[in-house]
Amino acid sequence: MESNILQANPQNWYLVLSTILFSIGVMGVLMRRNALIILMCIELMLNSVNLLLVSFSAYAGNSEGQVFVFFIMVVAAAEVAVGLALLVSIYRNLATTDIDVLSKLKW
Amino acid sequence: MMMDNLLELTKLITPATLVPLFPLMGFLIIALFGKQLNHVSGWLASAMILVSFSLTCYLFLNLPDNKDLNFELWQWMKWGNVTLSFGFLIDHLSLIMMLVITGIGFLIHLYSIGYMHHDEGFSRFFSYLNLFIFFMLLLVMGNSYLIMFIGWEGVGLASYLLIGFWFKNDAYNDAAKKAFIMNRIGDLGFLLAMFFMLFYFGGLDYLTINEAASGIELGSMLITAITLLLFVGAMGKSAQIPLYTWLPDAMAGPTPVSALIHAATMVTAGIYMIARSNILFAMAPHTMDVVMWVGVATSIFAAVIGMKQNDIKKVLAYSTVSQLGLMFAALGMGAFESGMFHVVTHAFFKALLFLGAGSVIHAMSGEQDIRNMGGLAKSIRITWGTFLIGTLAISGIFPFSGFFSKDEILANAYNGHTLVWILLSISSMITAFYMFRLFFLTFSKGFRGTEEQKSHLHESPWTMTVPLLVLSIFAVLAGFWGLPAVLSDNHMFANYLAPIFAESKHILTLHAHLDHPTEWMLMGIATLAALISIGLAYHFYIKSNLLPESDDETKGITKWVANKFYVDEIYDKVFVRPIMLLSDLFYVLVDKLIIDLLVMATAWIVGFTGRTMRLVQTGNTGLYLFLMVIGMMVFMFIQLVY
Amino acid sequence: MLSLTLLSIPLIASILLLFSRGNLSRNLALVFTIAQLIFTAYAYTVFKNEGSQAFEFLASWSVKPVLNIHFAMDGMSLVMIMLTNLLLPLIVLSGYNREIERPHIFYSLMLFMQFALNGVFISFDGFIYYIFWELALIPIYFIAFNWGGENRAKVTLKFFIYTLAGSLLMLFAFLFLYNGSPAHSLDWVSLTNNPACSCNQTWLFWLFFIAFAIKIPIIPFHTWQPDTYTTAPTQGTMLLSGIMLKMGTYSLLRWLIPIVPAGVAEWQYVAITLSVIGIVYASVIAIMQKDLKRLLAYSSIAHVGLISAGIFALNLTGFQGSMVQMFAHGINVVGLFYCADIIMNRTKHGEIEGLGGIRLLAPQFATWFMIIILGSVALPLTNGFVGEFMLLFSVYQYNTWLSVFAGLTIILGAVYMLRMYQKMVLGSALKESLVFPDLYWNEKIVLVTIGILIFVMGVFPAPIMELTEPVLKNLIK
Repeated sequence: MESNILQANPQNWYLVLSTILFSIGVMGVLMRRNALIILMCIELMLNSVNLLLVSFSAYAGNSEGQVFVFFIMVVAAAEVAVGLALLVSIYRNLATTDIDVLSKLKW
Repeated sequence: MMMDNLLELTKLITPATLVPLFPLMGFLIIALFGKQLNHVSGWLASAMILVSFSLTCYLFLNLPDNKDLNFELWQWMKWGNVTLSFGFLIDHLSLIMMLVITGIGFLIHLYSIGYMHHDEGFSRFFSYLNLFIFFMLLLVMGNSYLIMFIGWEGVGLASYLLIGFWFKNDAYNDAAKKAFIMNRIGDLGFLLAMFFMLFYFGGLDYLTINEAASGIELGSMLITAITLLLFVGAMGKSAQIPLYTWLPDAMAGPTPVSALIHAATMVTAGIYMIARSNILFAMAPHTMDVVMWVGVATSIFAAVIGMKQNDIKKVLAYSTVSQLGLMFAALGMGAFESGMFHVVTHAFFKALLFLGAGSVIHAMSGEQDIRNMGGLAKSIRITWGTFLIGTLAISGIFPFSGFFSKDEILANAYNGHTLVWILLSISSMITAFYMFRLFFLTFSKGFRGTEEQKSHLHESPWTMTVPLLVLSIFAVLAGFWGLPAVLSDNHMFANYLAPIFAESKHILTLHAHLDHPTEWMLMGIATLAALISIGLAYHFYIKSNLLPESDDETKGITKWVANKFYVDEIYDKVFVRPIMLLSDLFYVLVDKLIIDLLVMATAWIVGFTGRTMRLVQTGNTGLYLFLMVIGMMVFMFIQLVY
Repeated sequence: MLSLTLLSIPLIASILLLFSRGNLSRNLALVFTIAQLIFTAYAYTVFKNEGSQAFEFLASWSVKPVLNIHFAMDGMSLVMIMLTNLLLPLIVLSGYNREIERPHIFYSLMLFMQFALNGVFISFDGFIYYIFWELALIPIYFIAFNWGGENRAKVTLKFFIYTLAGSLLMLFAFLFLYNGSPAHSLDWVSLTNNPACSCNQTWLFWLFFIAFAIKIPIIPFHTWQPDTYTTAPTQGTMLLSGIMLKMGTYSLLRWLIPIVPAGVAEWQYVAITLSVIGIVYASVIAIMQKDLKRLLAYSSIAHVGLISAGIFALNLTGFQGSMVQMFAHGINVVGLFYCADIIMNRTKHGEIEGLGGIRLLAPQFATWFMIIILGSVALPLTNGFVGEFMLLFSVYQYNTWLSVFAGLTIILGAVYMLRMYQKMVLGSALKESLVFPDLYWNEKIVLVTIGILIFVMGVFPAPIMELTEPVLKNLIK
């Protein structure tokens, strides 16, 4: 198995980096109240996973992981499209994107 | 194929099958066309029984010696290796019963034509009577315990229908229901006995069982259990302690019914059953003791109660219970033929007494209380004469039939069970006393009823008096069928039944026969005792002109006796009330509260869970996200650990 | 083909009826049920009683998962089919002089019920059997809900959910068996030939048992029954008590015992004890019941308790007796509920107390009522006796004391039945204004047919026993 440019760094580094990115995303989702930022944080989480997938793919010399990356990118794009549309609609109605205000849908 | 079936059927028609068929046909015809037939139905029903009686006589005269008629009609139930067929067995024992049933049955049918003439349920009455005769014939003609059981329950049904014949009166309905249910208690014993026999002996017909029983150890648990259970059945049907209370109440039915069912035939079914199972009982000495002592106890107990009854039919009812006890005592001593002999003589004189009582009631326009009678001898001559014969017969006066049969039982008792002899003698004395008390109060002295009743006093029509006369002839003469050894060497009745009881006599080692002086002595004592009782009754009720006090005047022990020792009340408190209470308890507490609550609790838990869980849906997106992350972390943690 | 015809007649009838109106619909229903009865009689004549399945119909529904449509008939099925198709015309006829709203839907549902019941009894594939089992629940739910008495919404919901919950347990058991069986098939033949591992049989037994116990019902799963019987319209109650609860007892014999033999053997004692307790318990409760239909409901629990006790005695006597008694009880209970309906229809009075004197006004009715009661209290020469005798004997073979306890039913049965009869029919009328016309023609036909059947079956029960004997003998092995 020949080495490539991605293998120049030890894999742990990728792992640590994507874990950090993911955690930032999670914390953002949990902590922030602005729906826009939450969406961005979700994007961050997805991309951290993408990074991990690519790195594993490279180290394993197997392209299946990269296929998933494309999948995720498509899904993320779709999700952002729908999510942002919803947000715009909400903002027009309530003039806010604070999720604490959006609590109508309950028992 | 149709023709073949028809031919099959015609083959089944023999004199023996026709005997029960005629009453059945009578029942069906009258039940279906009773309204159109109106008063013809009485004659039709009587004719049916007369045909049966003639056929029975034909069988009686033509049955070859020692050769029983045992045949199968069809297979009733069949599964695996069990086959239960519908079949008849005609032997000497069943023939005697058949003669009694159809003979006395016919007379009572005839009597009823007069007695029930004004009743609106005339046809219905005769259809029930025919139905009863049909079932009673099945009972005695069956060749297996199962067929006997059909008859056994069937006569219970007929008895239920006839006791509650006047169904507008709720007290009568209660009596009918009581009779049916108490009989059912006994029937359960019978049923269980059949299960034992079917399981251990592999069949229910008498041949199989007698054969199998002889292979079993004498007095083993099995045979004791079977015989005890059978005896429970007999207790119910033949009104022995503790299941006797229905019989006095059963007097609610029309008087011919009391005569036919509750004196002459149905109540002796228990005795017939034990006589039929004599081999089984002979194998179980413990049961024999139980039978004997229950018989003795019932005999005395009922006789004591009989002393203080004021209803003419109630007196006779208790005397029936008492006489049945006497018969059971005889069976328990192993004197099967004496028991059967007493069944036959008792059938005659007790039917006579009841019919006589019916005639009295008829004359008195429905009055049954002997305190309101008296002096009837002059106005109803035939009834008086025949009633006297019956009373003498039951009291055991020579040469009336009761004397011979009772003497035979007492002699058997003396010969081995002295205590039983003493007790039964006392019971006989009491019987003679209360029977003459009844007789004197009814027929002697002056009239105590109302003027209106007095003007109505009349002798009954011939349909009623002819049966009385015929029965009184038999009540006198039937005893000569079984003369004691001192008078004749040939005990015809015992000899006739000898083949039936031969094997059990072999098993039971009975004492040697009494010598002649002892027998003379016993007869003397019995006659003397009866005469003393009659004298006492004469002294009290003719000489001293004593009248039984009215109900509210009785006190002390007499009150206990007059109220039948409060047995009915005790049963009510001990059995009936608790079951009713239990019923309510089960329904309200167990069913509604516990079980249904558990079911509804399950439903409630589902609902509660739903109501509670939805509270998580606060609408706060932050919380959802938080919970989602926590959940994912939990799953990852589980993944890590396992 | 015969099996399919048997199913299609009521199904077609049920669809046709939807397009009819008024009197036409009940006449049509009667015609179709009688046609079905005649066809059943034809099936009986061509049926060869050899212990194998006849009139086989096997078709594949789906290849993966393997689902087959498998109809067939053996002696047991035939007896149940005969019972169903015999009772349906009587039940239809019994409604002739009653006011029924929207009769076309009512009778359509009834015919649909017949279709489902026939299906249950001839299905030999677990999957199709399950479908019919559930299908039978739907029409009776609507019948009880739309034409029922007071409180019907609550009562029918309870009934529906309760029985459905039981069925789900059975579905779960079937799914497990499907995965576990080597052939991946729910066919009756393959299920009986490859019983599940005995390690699983305990809980498989309980899943099936509870499903059937709710339907039968065996205590303590019975509390839906008295309410439902009381609330449902009489025709619905007749269907429920006469036929539908036989689905449960029939299924014990058809499915439970052959499929989980080890589980049955292991838990036999619990099942039989529950059944016997149920007999006495329900009989005792029936004694003091104030409502006529409720009394009959409890008496029904007692009777089916005896049937299931006989089945769980696991001997030929019990199996045979249970088949005879299912038939007998079906006939008797329909008769009893019809008599109750006649009384309640004329007097608008369902309480046992406070009536009386009916016999004076309607002697014919009183007589036939009495005859049916006699059948129900198992008087010899009536159909009730044959079954009860065999069932009690089978319980005796299992345990003597248990049979003594179970035998109390013959005493208690007489107590509650005669008490009820005395209070309602005998005596003199407590209501002065009691108007009670005697039987109308349709009532006469129904009651006389039932009365005659009671005696014919009591005297000649052999044909039924012969039909079921070969099948049940195989089952014993």
